Amino acid sequence: MTDDTLLEDELAPPETLTLPLDGWHRAQGARMVEFAGYHMPIQYEGIMAEHQWVREAAGLFDVSHMGQLRIAGPNVVAALEALLPADVAGLGEGRQRYSLLLADDGGILDDLMLARLPAGDPLGDGDAGEPAFYMVVNGATKWDDMGHLRERLDDAITLNLLDERALLALQGPKAVDVLDRLVPGVATLGFMQAGAFDWNGSSLWISRSGYTGEDGFEISVPDTAVEALAAALVAEPEVKPIGLGARDSLRLEAGLPLYGHDLTPETTPVEADLGFALSKRRREEGRFPGAERILGEHVNGSAMKRVGLTVEGRQPVREGALVIDEGGAPIGRVTSGGFAPSVGEPIAMAFVPAALAAPGTAIHLLQRGKPHAATVVPMPFVPHRYVRKGAPK
Amino acid sequence: MTRYFTNEHEWIDVDGDTATVGITDYAQGQLGDIVFVEVPEEGREVSKGGEAAVVESVKAASDVYAPVTGTVTEGNAALTDDPSLVNSDPENSGWFFKLTLADKGELDGLMDEAAYKDFVASL
Repeated sequence: MTDDTLLEDELAPPETLTLPLDGWHRAQGARMVEFAGYHMPIQYEGIMAEHQWVREAAGLFDVSHMGQLRIAGPNVVAALEALLPADVAGLGEGRQRYSLLLADDGGILDDLMLARLPAGDPLGDGDAGEPAFYMVVNGATKWDDMGHLRERLDDAITLNLLDERALLALQGPKAVDVLDRLVPGVATLGFMQAGAFDWNGSSLWISRSGYTGEDGFEISVPDTAVEALAAALVAEPEVKPIGLGARDSLRLEAGLPLYGHDLTPETTPVEADLGFALSKRRREEGRFPGAERILGEHVNGSAMKRVGLTVEGRQPVREGALVIDEGGAPIGRVTSGGFAPSVGEPIAMAFVPAALAAPGTAIHLLQRGKPHAATVVPMPFVPHRYVRKGAPK
Repeated sequence: MTRYFTNEHEWIDVDGDTATVGITDYAQGQLGDIVFVEVPEEGREVSKGGEAAVVESVKAASDVYAPVTGTVTEGNAALTDDPSLVNSDPENSGWFFKLTLADKGELDGLMDEAAYKDFVASL
């Protein structure tokens, strides 16, 4: 038997880095793999059981490999709007938004979360009066992102990698009960709202957001306190640690794209069906990288489109499988796929010609020489269960 | 009946000229939750070291190789309906296929249970 798709730990390059919770994961029985340059837990008791646990209770994920950035300075709003299609000016304090770092040709360099830090700048060094933002970018792209940002941002703007902070995610329908028990007040946050909290003398930055489609939180914590916080969370009866394997099946069911797979520098926001990340004011004004191409696609449609697929039969169809036409010619590509534990069948994301993107369309796939039948379905595959509060800002 | 093991983590039970093939408990543990198994059809000729079956877990697809050359007499149809049998009972009801041996001499290079245990312990 061979396993040609997984880079097991012993094959990891020697420069693979460790994260603050490395020893804790191993003590919890995690199987570790190399991911984004770090040793990361892929599973503890098993991907299927962990996946179901998150859908029913609460799961703790270590996502400390991701890049946590603080960006501040006098003209930071305009500077960020020059790089992202988000309405940064309209983002209130303690409000978070999903956005995209765009190349000049409109390709997606990364996808990210952006929040405006409140007065007092809880993640900064107390610079008075300057607007400040907290950005979370993907682990595998964080160094390139920082290079891009530093090159494009004015010298007067401070860009810090918050590398002394770890990042946890607590996800699932019981996450709010658990976290509010440990950190009173977090239940007042609504989806995509964030705030500073104290836990046993450690300063936390917590947003109500995540990557599973479930209600939940993402918790930035000083690396010196992360092991104690992780231990306190899994000591709660509703919480189990969850690995990257279930993180991937959960986000796939939630219809959420994965950078480096479903999104690349060759993908535009419209092709990726991320039009919601183009704020109305920004679409009207048009001053963001690749605006001409992206706005053209927004109005006229793009040639290709990211869609969700359900696959007939039981065999998973994975990244790299081809979308073919009736004659067998390649016309698109599967970018993520696998067995969906909460759906009970194989699902996938694929880029298909726009004419084939409507729900209900039959799609032909080819994987390792074998044809598979699939159907376009709306995403998410499993309904989102976000908890929204207050008027959107 | 004698059970042999391969360094690709298959087991093979030999009874005269016929044999039953599956993957070991260690292998299923490494693969994790198995969601799909494709077994060879009756009559298919398989050759030692060649691809014979496919097993897919939540995270990856893997090939299962024929430990010996022969002609498949039966694939385990139960795995089509319940692939998780490979996780729950890999070395019994989770068998993959049966075959008629072409050359019993090919068994000489395989491990017995004690040797396989030592092999797994060395990994």
